[in-house]
Amino acid sequence: MTETPLFAYTLRLADNALILGHRVSEWVGHAPVLEEDLALGNLALDLIGQARSFYTYAGEIEGKGRDEDALAYLRDAGGYRNILLVEQPNGDFAQTIVRHLLYSAFAHPYFEALARSKDETLAAIAAKAVKEMAYHVRHTAEWTIRLGDGTDESHRRAQSALDELWPFTGELFETDQVERALIDAGIAVDPLNIRARWSKMLDEVFDEATLVRPSDGYMQSGGRSGRHSEHLGYVLTELQFLQRTYPGAKW
Amino acid sequence: MPASEMDPHPNPPPSRGREKRERDDADADDLRALAWKAAASVVDPEIPVLSIADLGVLRDVQIVDGTAEVTITPTYSGCPAMNLIALNVELALEEVGFVTPRIKTVLSPAWTTDWMTEKGKETLRKYGIAPPAGKASRRALFGEDQVACPHCASTDTERISEFGSTACKALWRCRACAEPFDYFKCI
Repeated sequence: MTETPLFAYTLRLADNALILGHRVSEWVGHAPVLEEDLALGNLALDLIGQARSFYTYAGEIEGKGRDEDALAYLRDAGGYRNILLVEQPNGDFAQTIVRHLLYSAFAHPYFEALARSKDETLAAIAAKAVKEMAYHVRHTAEWTIRLGDGTDESHRRAQSALDELWPFTGELFETDQVERALIDAGIAVDPLNIRARWSKMLDEVFDEATLVRPSDGYMQSGGRSGRHSEHLGYVLTELQFLQRTYPGAKW
Repeated sequence: MPASEMDPHPNPPPSRGREKRERDDADADDLRALAWKAAASVVDPEIPVLSIADLGVLRDVQIVDGTAEVTITPTYSGCPAMNLIALNVELALEEVGFVTPRIKTVLSPAWTTDWMTEKGKETLRKYGIAPPAGKASRRALFGEDQVACPHCASTDTERISEFGSTACKALWRCRACAEPFDYFKCI
Protein backbone atom coordinates (compact mmCIF):
# COMPACT_ATOMS: atom_id res chain seq x y z
CA MET A 1 0.00 0.00 0.00
CA THR A 2 1.47 3.28 -1.07
CA GLU A 3 -1.22 5.56 0.31
CA THR A 4 -0.72 7.12 3.70
CA PRO A 5 -3.69 6.84 6.07
CA LEU A 6 -4.08 10.63 6.11
CA PHE A 7 -4.31 10.74 2.33
CA ALA A 8 -6.85 7.91 2.22
CA TYR A 9 -8.93 9.51 4.96
CA THR A 10 -8.93 12.96 3.37
CA LEU A 11 -9.86 11.43 0.02
CA ARG A 12 -12.88 9.70 1.58
CA LEU A 13 -14.12 13.00 2.97
CA ALA A 14 -13.58 14.66 -0.39
CA ASP A 15 -15.29 11.91 -2.39
CA ASN A 16 -18.37 11.89 -0.14
CA ALA A 17 -18.77 15.63 -0.62
CA LEU A 18 -18.13 15.62 -4.37
CA ILE A 19 -20.41 12.71 -5.26
CA LEU A 20 -23.31 13.96 -3.18
CA GLY A 21 -22.70 17.49 -4.45
CA HIS A 22 -22.80 16.24 -8.02
CA ARG A 23 -25.94 14.22 -7.39
CA VAL A 24 -27.74 17.23 -5.92
CA SER A 25 -26.54 19.47 -8.75
CA GLU A 26 -28.41 17.18 -11.17
CA TRP A 27 -31.60 18.80 -9.84
CA VAL A 28 -30.68 22.28 -11.02
CA GLY A 29 -33.30 23.30 -13.54
CA HIS A 30 -35.57 20.39 -12.56
CA ALA A 31 -36.65 21.11 -8.98
CA PRO A 32 -40.38 21.25 -8.19
CA VAL A 33 -40.37 25.00 -7.47
CA LEU A 34 -37.97 27.84 -8.19
CA GLU A 35 -37.04 28.38 -4.53
CA GLU A 36 -36.13 24.73 -4.24
CA ASP A 37 -34.09 24.87 -7.41
CA LEU A 38 -32.04 27.63 -5.83
CA ALA A 39 -31.85 25.77 -2.54
CA LEU A 40 -30.59 22.55 -4.13
CA GLY A 41 -28.09 24.53 -6.17
CA ASN A 42 -26.83 26.12 -2.96
CA LEU A 43 -26.55 22.76 -1.19
CA ALA A 44 -24.60 21.32 -4.11
CA LEU A 45 -22.30 24.33 -4.16
CA ASP A 46 -21.47 23.95 -0.47
CA LEU A 47 -20.60 20.30 -0.94
CA ILE A 48 -18.50 20.86 -4.04
CA GLY A 49 -16.70 23.69 -2.22
CA GLN A 50 -15.92 21.38 0.68
CA ALA A 51 -14.74 18.72 -1.77
CA ARG A 52 -12.35 21.17 -3.40
CA SER A 53 -10.69 21.98 -0.08
CA PHE A 54 -10.36 18.31 0.85
CA TYR A 55 -8.99 17.36 -2.59
CA THR A 56 -6.46 20.16 -2.56
CA TYR A 57 -5.24 19.00 0.83
CA ALA A 58 -5.21 15.32 -0.23
CA GLY A 59 -3.04 16.30 -3.20
CA GLU A 60 -0.62 18.13 -0.91
CA ILE A 61 -0.40 15.15 1.45
CA GLU A 62 0.29 12.80 -1.43
CA GLY A 63 2.96 15.11 -2.81
CA LYS A 64 2.85 13.78 -6.37
CA GLY A 65 1.62 16.97 -7.94
CA ARG A 66 -2.05 15.95 -8.21
CA ASP A 67 -4.36 18.88 -7.67
CA GLU A 68 -8.09 18.98 -6.99
CA ASP A 69 -8.92 18.54 -10.68
CA ALA A 70 -6.63 15.55 -11.13
CA LEU A 71 -8.21 13.81 -8.16
CA ALA A 72 -11.77 14.58 -9.21
CA TYR A 73 -11.51 14.02 -12.95
CA LEU A 74 -8.79 11.44 -13.47
CA ARG A 75 -9.76 8.56 -11.21
CA ASP A 76 -12.00 5.69 -12.18
CA ALA A 77 -14.87 4.36 -10.09
CA GLY A 78 -12.65 1.86 -8.25
CA GLY A 79 -10.46 4.73 -7.05
CA TYR A 80 -13.37 6.54 -5.44
CA ARG A 81 -13.78 6.10 -1.67
CA ASN A 82 -17.19 7.62 -1.02
CA ILE A 83 -19.82 5.75 0.94
CA LEU A 84 -22.55 4.08 -1.11
CA LEU A 85 -25.31 6.29 0.29
CA VAL A 86 -24.16 9.41 -1.57
CA GLU A 87 -24.01 7.76 -4.99
CA GLN A 88 -27.58 6.44 -4.84
CA PRO A 89 -29.79 7.88 -7.59
CA ASN A 90 -31.82 11.02 -7.00
CA GLY A 91 -35.05 9.12 -7.55
CA ASP A 92 -38.03 11.31 -6.77
CA PHE A 93 -37.79 14.46 -4.67
CA ALA A 94 -38.48 12.51 -1.46
CA GLN A 95 -35.57 10.19 -2.12
CA THR A 96 -33.19 13.11 -2.69
CA ILE A 97 -34.36 14.85 0.47
CA VAL A 98 -34.20 11.75 2.68
CA ARG A 99 -30.74 10.82 1.35
CA HIS A 100 -29.55 14.33 2.13
CA LEU A 101 -31.06 14.31 5.61
CA LEU A 102 -29.39 10.99 6.46
CA TYR A 103 -26.03 12.34 5.30
CA SER A 104 -26.20 15.86 6.70
CA ALA A 105 -27.54 14.77 10.10
CA PHE A 106 -24.32 12.75 10.23
CA ALA A 107 -21.97 15.28 8.63
CA HIS A 108 -22.98 18.16 10.89
CA PRO A 109 -21.88 16.61 14.22
CA TYR A 110 -19.01 14.83 12.42
CA PHE A 111 -17.51 18.09 11.17
CA GLU A 112 -18.13 19.69 14.54
CA ALA A 113 -15.87 17.01 16.02
CA LEU A 114 -13.39 17.17 13.12
CA ALA A 115 -13.01 20.91 13.76
CA ARG A 116 -11.14 19.85 16.92
CA SER A 117 -8.79 17.57 14.96
CA LYS A 118 -5.07 17.77 15.67
CA ASP A 119 -4.61 18.17 11.94
CA GLU A 120 -4.92 21.92 11.43
CA THR A 121 -6.00 21.80 7.80
CA LEU A 122 -8.73 19.22 8.35
CA ALA A 123 -9.88 21.20 11.38
CA ALA A 124 -10.06 24.40 9.32
CA ILE A 125 -12.04 22.82 6.47
CA ALA A 126 -14.40 21.20 8.98
CA ALA A 127 -14.94 24.43 10.93
CA LYS A 128 -16.05 26.04 7.70
CA ALA A 129 -18.20 23.09 6.62
CA VAL A 130 -20.01 22.71 9.92
CA LYS A 131 -21.76 26.05 9.49
CA GLU A 132 -22.92 25.01 6.05
CA MET A 133 -24.11 21.58 7.12
CA ALA A 134 -26.30 23.13 9.82
CA TYR A 135 -28.36 24.64 7.01
CA HIS A 136 -28.47 21.32 5.16
CA VAL A 137 -29.87 19.54 8.21
CA ARG A 138 -32.48 22.21 8.80
CA HIS A 139 -33.59 22.40 5.22
CA THR A 140 -33.88 18.66 4.62
CA ALA A 141 -35.48 18.07 8.04
CA GLU A 142 -38.16 20.65 7.22
CA TRP A 143 -38.85 18.99 3.89
CA THR A 144 -38.91 15.50 5.38
CA ILE A 145 -41.54 16.66 7.87
CA ARG A 146 -43.55 18.36 5.16
CA LEU A 147 -43.48 15.28 2.92
CA GLY A 148 -43.98 12.71 5.67
CA ASP A 149 -46.77 14.64 7.35
CA GLY A 150 -48.24 15.78 4.04
CA THR A 151 -50.57 14.00 1.64
CA ASP A 152 -50.97 10.23 1.46
CA GLU A 153 -48.86 10.23 -1.67
CA SER A 154 -46.01 12.33 -0.24
CA HIS A 155 -46.06 10.23 2.92
CA ARG A 156 -45.88 7.02 0.94
CA ARG A 157 -42.94 8.31 -1.11
CA ALA A 158 -41.03 9.61 1.90
CA GLN A 159 -41.48 6.33 3.76
CA SER A 160 -40.43 4.24 0.80
CA ALA A 161 -37.35 6.45 0.29
CA LEU A 162 -36.44 5.95 3.92
CA ASP A 163 -36.93 2.18 3.71
CA GLU A 164 -34.84 1.97 0.59
CA LEU A 165 -31.97 4.14 1.85
CA TRP A 166 -31.73 2.93 5.42
CA PRO A 167 -29.50 -0.10 4.57
CA PHE A 168 -26.87 2.41 3.39
CA THR A 169 -26.56 4.17 6.75
CA GLY A 170 -24.48 1.45 8.40
CA GLU A 171 -21.47 2.50 6.37
CA LEU A 172 -21.52 5.96 7.98
CA PHE A 173 -20.32 4.40 11.23
CA GLU A 174 -17.78 1.91 9.93
CA THR A 175 -14.13 2.33 10.70
CA ASP A 176 -11.18 0.35 9.40
CA GLN A 177 -7.48 0.18 10.19
CA VAL A 178 -6.76 3.30 8.19
CA GLU A 179 -9.13 5.32 10.33
CA ARG A 180 -8.39 3.59 13.63
CA ALA A 181 -4.80 4.79 13.62
CA LEU A 182 -5.89 8.35 12.83
CA ILE A 183 -8.62 8.27 15.48
CA ASP A 184 -6.08 7.18 18.07
CA ALA A 185 -3.81 10.02 16.98
CA GLY A 186 -6.59 12.57 17.49
CA ILE A 187 -6.78 13.36 13.78
CA ALA A 188 -9.87 11.50 12.56
CA VAL A 189 -13.26 11.43 14.21
CA ASP A 190 -14.63 8.23 15.70
CA PRO A 191 -18.08 8.06 14.09
CA LEU A 192 -19.40 5.91 16.92
CA ASN A 193 -19.12 8.93 19.20
CA ILE A 194 -21.70 10.82 17.19
CA ARG A 195 -24.06 7.95 16.52
CA ALA A 196 -26.36 8.81 19.43
CA ARG A 197 -26.74 12.42 18.27
CA TRP A 198 -27.41 11.36 14.70
CA SER A 199 -29.97 8.87 15.87
CA LYS A 200 -31.76 11.30 18.18
CA MET A 201 -31.92 14.00 15.55
CA LEU A 202 -33.47 11.59 13.06
CA ASP A 203 -35.95 10.21 15.57
CA GLU A 204 -37.20 13.71 16.29
CA VAL A 205 -37.66 14.41 12.59
CA PHE A 206 -39.29 11.05 11.83
CA ASP A 207 -41.61 11.48 14.76
CA GLU A 208 -42.86 14.84 13.53
CA ALA A 209 -42.96 13.53 9.97
CA THR A 210 -45.03 10.50 11.04
CA LEU A 211 -42.45 8.26 9.40
CA VAL A 212 -41.45 4.87 10.76
CA ARG A 213 -37.76 4.38 11.36
CA PRO A 214 -36.68 1.14 9.67
CA SER A 215 -35.00 -1.47 11.80
CA ASP A 216 -31.24 -1.97 11.49
CA GLY A 217 -31.03 -5.11 9.37
CA TYR A 218 -28.44 -6.00 6.78
CA MET A 219 -26.30 -2.99 5.92
CA GLN A 220 -24.67 -2.34 2.55
CA SER A 221 -20.98 -1.56 2.57
CA GLY A 222 -17.91 -1.31 0.37
CA GLY A 223 -17.67 2.21 -1.03
CA ARG A 224 -14.86 3.26 1.24
CA SER A 225 -12.64 0.50 -0.09
CA GLY A 226 -13.59 1.19 -3.71
CA ARG A 227 -16.37 -1.38 -4.20
CA HIS A 228 -19.23 0.65 -5.57
CA SER A 229 -22.73 0.20 -6.90
CA GLU A 230 -23.24 0.47 -10.63
CA HIS A 231 -24.58 4.00 -10.14
CA LEU A 232 -21.18 5.57 -9.53
CA GLY A 233 -20.02 4.79 -13.06
CA TYR A 234 -22.92 6.81 -14.43
CA VAL A 235 -22.16 9.71 -12.11
CA LEU A 236 -18.53 9.75 -13.24
CA THR A 237 -19.47 9.45 -16.90
CA GLU A 238 -21.15 12.82 -16.64
CA LEU A 239 -18.78 14.38 -14.11
CA GLN A 240 -15.66 13.42 -16.05
CA PHE A 241 -17.05 13.74 -19.56
CA LEU A 242 -14.93 16.69 -20.59
CA GLN A 243 -11.62 15.27 -19.38
CA ARG A 244 -12.37 11.89 -20.93
CA THR A 245 -13.35 13.35 -24.27
CA TYR A 246 -10.67 16.04 -24.41
CA PRO A 247 -7.85 14.83 -22.15
CA GLY A 248 -5.93 17.72 -20.64
CA ALA A 249 -8.51 20.32 -21.68
CA LYS A 250 -8.27 23.55 -19.69
CA TRP A 251 -10.29 26.74 -19.52
CA MET B 1 2.56 42.98 -23.20
CA PRO B 2 3.23 40.10 -25.63
CA ALA B 3 5.56 37.42 -24.35
CA SER B 4 8.16 38.31 -26.98
CA GLU B 5 8.57 41.79 -25.48
CA MET B 6 9.06 40.58 -21.96
CA ASP B 7 12.57 40.82 -20.59
CA PRO B 8 13.68 37.23 -20.00
CA HIS B 9 16.50 38.41 -17.72
CA PRO B 10 15.14 41.03 -15.35
CA ASN B 11 17.82 42.91 -13.43
CA PRO B 12 18.59 41.51 -10.01
CA PRO B 13 17.52 43.84 -7.20
CA PRO B 14 20.26 46.40 -6.42
CA SER B 15 22.32 45.54 -3.36
CA ARG B 16 21.17 47.63 -0.45
CA GLY B 17 23.30 49.57 1.97
CA ARG B 18 22.41 49.83 5.63
CA GLU B 19 21.01 53.33 5.18
CA LYS B 20 18.63 52.09 2.54
CA ARG B 21 17.47 49.23 4.71
CA GLU B 22 16.63 51.53 7.62
CA ARG B 23 14.64 53.74 5.35
CA ASP B 24 12.81 50.64 4.13
CA ASP B 25 11.77 49.78 7.67
CA ALA B 26 10.32 53.23 8.18
CA ASP B 27 8.54 52.93 4.87
CA ALA B 28 7.11 49.50 5.61
CA ASP B 29 4.17 50.90 7.54
CA ASP B 30 3.35 53.30 4.74
CA LEU B 31 3.63 50.52 2.20
CA ARG B 32 1.37 48.30 4.23
CA ALA B 33 -1.19 51.08 4.55
CA LEU B 34 -1.04 51.63 0.80
CA ALA B 35 -1.51 47.92 0.12
CA TRP B 36 -4.39 47.66 2.60
CA LYS B 37 -6.14 50.62 1.01
CA ALA B 38 -5.77 49.10 -2.46
CA ALA B 39 -6.96 45.66 -1.37
CA ALA B 40 -9.81 47.13 0.65
CA SER B 41 -11.07 48.97 -2.44
CA VAL B 42 -12.03 45.66 -4.07
CA VAL B 43 -15.76 44.95 -3.92
CA ASP B 44 -17.70 41.71 -3.74
CA PRO B 45 -18.69 41.06 -7.38
CA GLU B 46 -22.09 39.78 -6.26
CA ILE B 47 -22.83 42.70 -3.90
CA PRO B 48 -20.88 45.50 -5.57
CA VAL B 49 -21.66 48.09 -2.89
CA LEU B 50 -19.74 46.15 -0.28
CA SER B 51 -15.94 46.14 -0.10
CA ILE B 52 -14.15 42.98 0.95
CA ALA B 53 -12.94 44.91 4.01
CA ASP B 54 -16.54 45.73 5.05
CA LEU B 55 -17.46 42.11 4.44
CA GLY B 56 -14.65 40.78 6.62
CA VAL B 57 -13.24 38.75 3.72
CA LEU B 58 -9.99 40.74 3.78
CA ARG B 59 -8.10 39.30 6.75
CA ASP B 60 -4.53 40.57 6.58
CA VAL B 61 -2.03 42.55 4.56
CA GLN B 62 1.72 42.20 5.02
CA ILE B 63 4.76 43.49 3.20
CA VAL B 64 7.06 40.56 2.48
CA ASP B 65 10.24 40.92 0.43
CA GLY B 66 9.12 44.27 -0.87
CA THR B 67 5.78 43.15 -2.20
CA ALA B 68 2.32 42.78 -0.72
CA GLU B 69 0.97 39.55 0.68
CA VAL B 70 -2.79 39.65 1.16
CA THR B 71 -4.84 37.09 3.07
CA ILE B 72 -8.49 36.56 2.24
CA THR B 73 -11.06 34.06 3.47
CA PRO B 74 -14.17 32.73 1.70
CA THR B 75 -17.66 33.37 3.05
CA TYR B 76 -18.75 29.85 2.04
CA SER B 77 -16.62 26.85 0.98
CA GLY B 78 -18.07 26.95 -2.51
CA CYS B 79 -18.24 30.71 -2.96
CA PRO B 80 -17.70 31.16 -6.71
CA ALA B 81 -16.69 34.81 -6.25
CA MET B 82 -13.39 33.96 -4.54
CA ASN B 83 -11.35 33.53 -7.72
CA LEU B 84 -12.53 36.85 -9.06
CA ILE B 85 -11.93 38.59 -5.73
CA ALA B 86 -8.36 37.22 -5.61
CA LEU B 87 -7.75 38.39 -9.17
CA ASN B 88 -9.17 41.84 -8.49
CA VAL B 89 -7.04 42.22 -5.36
CA GLU B 90 -3.98 41.32 -7.41
CA LEU B 91 -4.86 43.90 -10.05
CA ALA B 92 -5.59 46.60 -7.45
CA LEU B 93 -2.18 46.03 -5.86
CA GLU B 94 -0.36 46.09 -9.18
CA GLU B 95 -2.09 49.33 -10.02
CA VAL B 96 -0.53 51.05 -7.00
CA GLY B 97 2.90 49.65 -7.84
CA PHE B 98 3.30 46.29 -6.11
CA VAL B 99 5.09 43.80 -8.33
CA THR B 100 3.73 40.23 -8.33
CA PRO B 101 1.68 40.53 -5.16
CA ARG B 102 0.69 37.27 -3.46
CA ILE B 103 -2.86 36.38 -2.48
CA LYS B 104 -3.35 33.69 0.13
CA THR B 105 -6.69 32.07 0.87
CA VAL B 106 -7.18 30.78 4.40
CA LEU B 107 -10.11 28.86 5.88
CA SER B 108 -9.29 29.30 9.54
CA PRO B 109 -10.69 30.98 11.51
CA ALA B 110 -13.91 30.36 9.59
CA TRP B 111 -15.57 33.50 8.29
CA THR B 112 -18.53 34.79 10.25
CA THR B 113 -21.01 37.58 9.61
CA ASP B 114 -19.89 38.98 12.98
CA TRP B 115 -16.87 40.37 11.11
CA MET B 116 -19.02 42.56 8.91
CA THR B 117 -18.49 46.21 9.80
CA GLU B 118 -21.36 48.43 10.97
CA LYS B 119 -20.72 50.58 7.92
CA GLY B 120 -21.02 47.46 5.78
CA LYS B 121 -24.33 46.51 7.38
CA GLU B 122 -25.75 49.99 6.84
CA THR B 123 -24.59 49.94 3.20
CA LEU B 124 -26.29 46.59 2.70
CA ARG B 125 -29.55 47.86 4.14
CA LYS B 126 -29.53 50.90 1.86
CA TYR B 127 -28.83 48.60 -1.09
CA GLY B 128 -31.99 46.63 -0.27
CA ILE B 129 -30.47 43.60 1.44
CA ALA B 130 -31.32 42.99 5.09
CA PRO B 131 -28.03 42.70 7.00
CA PRO B 132 -27.36 39.72 9.30
CA ALA B 133 -29.38 40.03 12.48
CA GLY B 134 -27.54 39.60 15.75
CA LYS B 135 -24.57 37.36 16.52
CA ALA B 136 -23.84 34.20 14.58
CA SER B 137 -23.24 31.84 17.53
CA ARG B 138 -26.26 29.51 17.55
CA ARG B 139 -28.24 31.40 14.94
CA ALA B 140 -27.49 28.98 12.12
CA LEU B 141 -29.20 26.12 13.94
CA PHE B 142 -32.22 27.87 15.33
CA GLY B 143 -32.96 30.44 12.72
CA GLU B 144 -33.74 34.12 12.84
CA ASP B 145 -36.70 35.30 14.80
CA GLN B 146 -36.78 38.88 13.59
CA VAL B 147 -35.49 40.31 10.35
CA ALA B 148 -36.37 43.91 9.58
CA CYS B 149 -37.47 44.77 6.06
CA PRO B 150 -34.70 46.86 4.40
CA HIS B 151 -37.34 48.91 2.57
CA CYS B 152 -39.85 49.92 5.25
CA ALA B 153 -38.11 48.70 8.44
CA SER B 154 -41.11 46.66 9.53
CA THR B 155 -40.34 43.47 11.42
CA ASP B 156 -43.54 41.87 10.18
CA THR B 157 -41.61 39.69 7.73
CA GLU B 158 -41.50 36.04 6.75
CA ARG B 159 -38.98 33.67 5.28
CA ILE B 160 -39.74 32.34 1.81
CA SER B 161 -36.64 30.20 1.44
CA GLU B 162 -33.51 29.49 3.43
CA PHE B 163 -31.53 29.82 0.21
CA GLY B 164 -31.37 32.78 -2.12
CA SER B 165 -29.57 34.05 -5.19
CA THR B 166 -26.14 33.42 -3.66
CA ALA B 167 -24.87 31.08 -0.94
CA CYS B 168 -24.76 33.92 1.59
CA LYS B 169 -28.36 35.08 1.17
CA ALA B 170 -31.89 33.87 1.99
CA LEU B 171 -35.22 34.94 0.50
CA TRP B 172 -37.64 36.90 2.68
CA ARG B 173 -40.83 38.85 2.20
CA CYS B 174 -42.24 41.83 4.06
CA ARG B 175 -45.89 41.50 5.10
CA ALA B 176 -46.18 45.23 5.76
CA CYS B 177 -45.02 46.62 2.40
CA ALA B 178 -45.38 43.34 0.47
CA GLU B 179 -41.87 43.63 -1.01
CA PRO B 180 -39.68 40.54 -1.27
CA PHE B 181 -36.07 41.02 -0.20
CA ASP B 182 -32.74 39.26 0.24
CA TYR B 183 -31.50 38.61 3.75
CA PHE B 184 -27.78 38.22 4.35
CA LYS B 185 -27.65 35.02 6.39
CA CYS B 186 -26.12 35.11 9.81
CA ILE B 187 -23.42 32.45 10.08
